[in-house]
Amino acid sequence: MGELERLETERLLALYRQMLLIRMFEDRVYYLFLQGEIAGTLHQYQGQEAVAVGVCDHLSHTDWVTSTHRPHGHALAKGVSTRAAMAELYAKATGCCGGKGGSMHLGDPAVGMLPAIAIVGGGNSVIAGMGLAFKLRKSQQAAVCFFGEGATNEGAFHESLNFASVKRLPILYVCENNLYGASTPYTMTSALADVAERASAYGVTAQIVDGMDVLAVHAVAGAALERIRTGDGPILLECKTYRFTGHSRSDARGYRTREEEAEWKSRDPIERLGEALVAAGRLDAEALERVAVAVEAELDDAVEFARNSPDPTPEQALEDVYA
Amino acid sequence: MPETTSEETVAESVLPAGAERRLTIAEALREAIAEELRRDENVFLIGEDIGVEGGFGGAFGVYLGLVEEFGHERIIDTPISEKVIAGAATGAALMGMRPIADMQYADFLFECMDELVNQAAKMRYMSGGKLRVPLVMRAPVGATHRGAQHGQCPESYFTHVPGLKVVCVSDAYSAKGILKSAVRDDNPVLIFEHKLLYGSKGRQQAGGLDLTAPVPQEEYLLPLDKAIVKRAGAHVTVVATHLSLYLSLAAAEELASEGIECEVIDPVSLFPLDTETLWASVRKTGRLMIVHEDTLSGGWGAEVAARAADECLYSLEAPIKRVATYDTPLPFAPIMEAAVTPSVGRIVSVARSICA
Repeated sequence: MGELERLETERLLALYRQMLLIRMFEDRVYYLFLQGEIAGTLHQYQGQEAVAVGVCDHLSHTDWVTSTHRPHGHALAKGVSTRAAMAELYAKATGCCGGKGGSMHLGDPAVGMLPAIAIVGGGNSVIAGMGLAFKLRKSQQAAVCFFGEGATNEGAFHESLNFASVKRLPILYVCENNLYGASTPYTMTSALADVAERASAYGVTAQIVDGMDVLAVHAVAGAALERIRTGDGPILLECKTYRFTGHSRSDARGYRTREEEAEWKSRDPIERLGEALVAAGRLDAEALERVAVAVEAELDDAVEFARNSPDPTPEQALEDVYA
Repeated sequence: MPETTSEETVAESVLPAGAERRLTIAEALREAIAEELRRDENVFLIGEDIGVEGGFGGAFGVYLGLVEEFGHERIIDTPISEKVIAGAATGAALMGMRPIADMQYADFLFECMDELVNQAAKMRYMSGGKLRVPLVMRAPVGATHRGAQHGQCPESYFTHVPGLKVVCVSDAYSAKGILKSAVRDDNPVLIFEHKLLYGSKGRQQAGGLDLTAPVPQEEYLLPLDKAIVKRAGAHVTVVATHLSLYLSLAAAEELASEGIECEVIDPVSLFPLDTETLWASVRKTGRLMIVHEDTLSGGWGAEVAARAADECLYSLEAPIKRVATYDTPLPFAPIMEAAVTPSVGRIVSVARSICA
């Protein structure tokens, strides 16, 4: 029985809402960035929503995730509040990192997410210790490491996977293969067709999943996490996905074709779930529209909150410093 | 105490009643680690070759016997994967554990710069103060006829990193108290130790000084950020760590016979610096020398000199001098190694030049 049949409507709706929240958050943030309201740069998550949402739906706040320079989706899916995430992008004192993290370091320990690690492969080393801590404590917690296919050519990917395997650590490695590391196609960086093939070198079970299908991700991640929590060792998921935007906000995407982009966009994970829900008679189009209206209101509130929040003081730059 | 090489073992049973117990640095570290493992179940060791039965107990025997008492769940051997050692220590510390990580040679720390500099040092800050990273990383330094990649003193790479505490232990008494404090500190602490000071093999290089020290059996903690005045003197302040500290003490002995009294200070913490103790001495003596086995340019001595020039220039009666390894990779040939690293002779001659 597939997830569509198995899951209650409420949960399916939650998956839909969470993906839509990420999409609309990202679209709104991009607009605000262009308006000059948000400083720095942006690495956005549009297109990959099914991965973060399909995995994080199985996690509680006592399970921990690491993320990357592209963390907005993971943060929202893991439960960082829309207000705290938006305020952080606005560099406000009320942000989830008090204004010290910013776009590339979104996260909140209260919901089980480290500040995102913006060094490619950086989370892969750190996750080993998180899994180790859970194993030593026999706590049944899971550690989930999100990373792109680009990270799989970093030493940290290999050292971590090998260590987790030999120590049977409760880690789910989630590779979001969006085909490009910045501008460089994966095919230029690996002679293997799939990242998943690399796992066998370390005795790790790997599975390839359609990262544009939240129900597929949900099913595979659920089974994987269940197994991981029994102490059976790590699992690698390779989610085939695509970022609809450029690498960062200044990317004109000259390295890929508009046809390729259109092909992937035709598999939009949010539309896909919406259509499936309607076709299955779970929800009608109006119900989906009501979700969009509610998300819009949540984002209005978050932006309002961020705009009206106090700036951190210059002196606060010297707090949290001990050496 | 577990058995080690006969040279390193001080069996308490053979000590007469009431006699002070003397330990080597390796023994003091081992005792501190064992005490912390017993005290707090969140403490564990992680590193290469540390708990393998029939193995080495770490590259310098510091962990000998620990796996027998604490088992492989607390003494965690890793593959040769320094990124994982530092990364796992960081991740576990973030989850509330208190890892003591082991780097076989400090030279290998360059394999895990990202984990230490980008992750461990910055997580508390990046999280807006919500996270803590209570990890200890131990690393042996020092030229010992092993050439360019197993003898560096890379402390200064880390004194440049806001978010890492950098500590050197140079005697057995300090080693025990400081390691225990480091384990209980909520922030990442790098502890650098000198290979020639672990046992008594370095005695000859250390100017014949006894490298054991009285170490109380009972528990005690020492501050991580407090310098130690090892020898009082009126004419020149000599700040030195590790083997250079012993060379400086030997030089001070020689200089005393000429009427030059050195105040020799072990700074203990290189970052942050205990400037209170250092400047009190400089204001008294009016002269400052820094001696370290790290290479000269950009070494931590440069920071001490710059800060001294900034904060107590008007107390100085002579230029600030540094005695350090020359700016060269370490050669293998002992005769060349001795030529580029600090020596008693160089310290004496530089001290004379500013005390004339």
